Amino acid sequence: MMFKKIGVLALGLSAACLTLEASATEYFGTLKKINDSGTIMVGHRESSVPFSYLNEAQEPIGYSIDLCIQVVDEVSQVLGKKVNVEYVPINGKTRIPLLANGSIDIECGSTTNNLTRQKQIDYAHTTFITGTKLLVRKDSGINEVEDLEGKSIALAQGTTNERAIKKIAQEKGITVKILSVKDHAQGFLALKTDRVDAYSTDDILLYGLISKAKNPQDYEVTGRFLSYDPYALMVRQDDSAFRLVVNRRLSALFRSGEINSIYSKWFDNMNVPMSDMLQTAIQIQTFPQ
Amino acid sequence: MFGDLDFQVVVDSLPLLWEGLQLSFALMILAVVGGMIAGTGLALMRLSGNRLLSGLAATYVNLIRSVPLILVIFWFYFLIPLVIGRPIGGFYSALIAFVLFEAAYYCEIMRAGIQSVSQGQVSSGKASGLNYWQIQRYIVLPQAFRNMVPILITQAIILFQDTSLVFVVSLRDFMTASSIVADTHGRLIEMYLFAALVYFLICFSGSFFVKRLKKEIAR
Amino acid sequence: MKYNWDWGILFSAPYMDWLISGLGWTISVALAAWVIAFSVGSIVGVARTVPNRAIRAIGTAYVELFRNIPLLVQMFLWYFVLPEMVPDDVGRWLKREMPNPEYFSAVICLGLYTASRVAEQVRAGIEAISTGLSSAGYAAGLSTTQVYLHVLLPISYRQIVLPLTNEFLTIFKNSSLALTIGLLELTAQSQQVSEYTFQSFEAFTAATVIYVAVAAVVTLIMHKLEHLMYVPGFIGTGDK
Repeated sequence: MMFKKIGVLALGLSAACLTLEASATEYFGTLKKINDSGTIMVGHRESSVPFSYLNEAQEPIGYSIDLCIQVVDEVSQVLGKKVNVEYVPINGKTRIPLLANGSIDIECGSTTNNLTRQKQIDYAHTTFITGTKLLVRKDSGINEVEDLEGKSIALAQGTTNERAIKKIAQEKGITVKILSVKDHAQGFLALKTDRVDAYSTDDILLYGLISKAKNPQDYEVTGRFLSYDPYALMVRQDDSAFRLVVNRRLSALFRSGEINSIYSKWFDNMNVPMSDMLQTAIQIQTFPQ
Repeated sequence: MFGDLDFQVVVDSLPLLWEGLQLSFALMILAVVGGMIAGTGLALMRLSGNRLLSGLAATYVNLIRSVPLILVIFWFYFLIPLVIGRPIGGFYSALIAFVLFEAAYYCEIMRAGIQSVSQGQVSSGKASGLNYWQIQRYIVLPQAFRNMVPILITQAIILFQDTSLVFVVSLRDFMTASSIVADTHGRLIEMYLFAALVYFLICFSGSFFVKRLKKEIAR
Repeated sequence: MKYNWDWGILFSAPYMDWLISGLGWTISVALAAWVIAFSVGSIVGVARTVPNRAIRAIGTAYVELFRNIPLLVQMFLWYFVLPEMVPDDVGRWLKREMPNPEYFSAVICLGLYTASRVAEQVRAGIEAISTGLSSAGYAAGLSTTQVYLHVLLPISYRQIVLPLTNEFLTIFKNSSLALTIGLLELTAQSQQVSEYTFQSFEAFTAATVIYVAVAAVVTLIMHKLEHLMYVPGFIGTGDK
């Protein structure tokens, strides 16, 4: 508030002076919102293992959450004060409306960057690359999406995978019963309780679900990639100042190699080394300061 | 599946469930207070004799009573921050939805309560020179409230059950907390039976209390 | 507020079809559940008024059990918990072989829940009838069953037309809870339209208008019906 007054005062004195004052103290959009409230609202998922999920104490953790903690640190530095973090639970259906209506400032989940969504929101740098596959019981005899004929599959509402599977089923004339579920945990549960024959989401999330299962040896991820899904953190549309802050920290992590230790922390125990494709993507996005 | 029930998962998740239960209660209490105040206002509008005021109130009440609570929660959760230009958080979105939703129901309860106060008292109030609002404030509302206490509590019990619907926006009340544990540990039977038991005990004690109260008042 | 209105979206494919299909599911859940609610509710309501104490206690237990557990919890019990508590092959049938488990779970859940509320209305209707009438029935040589079938129930139903209408509208609204178990009824479809088109205001408005319109039509019809079924000498309990 006080800075604003100074800004107004400066306006009266000299236009040149104003530009200087403004660049030092005035913020717009998301940065202004965070500066005013002293809090950044971070959207997290509940069962996107290992990107954004709840630990035993039901607190959000994961690869994307770690990246967001880095981003929050960058925001604190930019604003010159410590910013509080408030976590807001989101799911596939709620993430975009809640980001657009300001309930969250950044989405730290497992969201595919695609052009349809870019009509509503913006993305920071790509942080992971995956694609749609199927999760089935080992004895199911399902190897590819074509084997789903006459069977049933659970799909999480609002995901790219939901649309990908529906589209393929329609194109190939596969009759498959679809059960709409709220989130990955509920989808896997439908498979575990034998309600459906398969659950489909991104390959890496399927491995994440298996890794948290009581008897992981009973399940397997199968089939070819049915879509291409590059993940990125979501930010509000038309807010390049905030997106720059996010990307600056991501580029710094890429440049310093710190991204490798964050990656190892979450993916090593799943035996998923960084793919060549992701390594290349990271290299490309390591913009100079 | 029935053979390997393990209620240890309930014990382990008690801290989380307790936090959820506190949120459920907070939501209920605030919504009851807010809903009753707004509902009384609506009831007074409906009975004010002013056609515009009573028409507005009646339209509001009929509109809200025709739509599902889940839809009202969606409206507020997704759209109110857009309209007012800043987020108010999941809890407050849900709270406002409940207050505005319950107001319509409390309005009807209050209206019946106000009408239960005999017309003679209103006339004698008028005769002693009180205006409309004074009559309501000092004569009608205190008596109406007393007659209405049992049904107001019954409505609060219904509201407490309805708070479980914040599940649809992932707000972590008792129900959502139970479902998170149920999903992540694959312990559906244990968690949902426990949730049902807790809700039942709370609501059953509530309605038992209402029955006692009714007898007390009738005496 | 920056928002691009586009009401045309509601009338374009496939979104209009989604909303219509959602309304179809909502109505079909509500009607099927009402059949259960009305029949079970009548039996339980009668049970609460009969002379036999044990039967009365069972009726009371039913009402208290179903009224004191949130509908959402009941929905999850029917859908998620029941199939896991029965023998494996029955559970498998409930989850897989039965056509449309989400629909039937929702119908049974809503039906039995609303039955507890209908039972209270039926009981109130019967209790409002003076004991003189049933005494006259017994004196004329009717059995207890006959007294209920020919004297008490016909009068009581005709008096509680409006409260029962309200219960029907409650089922209609409560059918939205079926979205939590994956049934794409009206509310779920409007959310899906909002998610695909990002036109949330239009999508939710459409659902709201449809709910209000159906409620208005039902209320209008039932008011007419109540008028036709009015029993001279008895005051209807509905005042709205």
